[in-house]
Amino acid sequence: MLNRRALLTHSAKLAALLAGAGLLPQAGHAAYNAAAFEVKTMADLVKLLGGSTPTESKDVTITGPDIAENGAVVQLGVATTQPGAKRLLLLVEKNPSVLSAMFDISDAVDASFVTRVKMGQSSNVYAVAMLGDGKVLFAQKEVKVTLGGCGG
Amino acid sequence: MADPMRIRAQMAGDKATVRVLMSHEMETGLRKDAAGKVIPAWYIQDVSAQLNGKPVLTAQWGPSVSKNPFLQFSVRGAKAGDKIAVSWKDNKGESRTDEATVS
Repeated sequence: MLNRRALLTHSAKLAALLAGAGLLPQAGHAAYNAAAFEVKTMADLVKLLGGSTPTESKDVTITGPDIAENGAVVQLGVATTQPGAKRLLLLVEKNPSVLSAMFDISDAVDASFVTRVKMGQSSNVYAVAMLGDGKVLFAQKEVKVTLGGCGG
Repeated sequence: MADPMRIRAQMAGDKATVRVLMSHEMETGLRKDAAGKVIPAWYIQDVSAQLNGKPVLTAQWGPSVSKNPFLQFSVRGAKAGDKIAVSWKDNKGESRTDEATVS
């Protein structure tokens, strides 16, 4: 009986946590996709977001340093020239969860974004473009980190 | 209340290049303090931008975005004098909106 009680409390807590994490729809914003930020690999992530198998493509670019001295601040740029791209993702392979940022592209913005991320260790970084027809294209780059950004 | 964002929007050809520097701790929830206790996660989850009140960009961020996040993007069809507003919302429900004029 104790086990069952523990389980019930646990699931109630989990439900509260999910609600608190912004999974409930809110006006003006798409619901925050907390599950996507928990995923560990690119294949799982793309599956979760409803895309097909990712293929490497020259139409997607990722820019960043070859060597990052400070893993706490690594400036990375993602861009695509594919006209049908709906969404651009920025991934860091060896971070605790692979997804760093997800940009929804509208007609009014260029499919090109620059931001800064934390990297725990040297790793491949990916730019992933999800097209309207479900196709998924990606580009990758290796960034060497001399000082990790997730220590403490 | 969080500190204001620094937003700069400059015309480059027919697009406005917008650079935003937000002020936020961006705690991952994985770090521990000196006493070995986990520091709770505190990070920006939703980012959005509007041109003259019309939404142009939405983004979702994870905890791995750097502290005091930087974001750069280009808005098509903007002209000098237009208003660019950028908002964020974090996992504690706090939010902030700041505005800049395209120059």
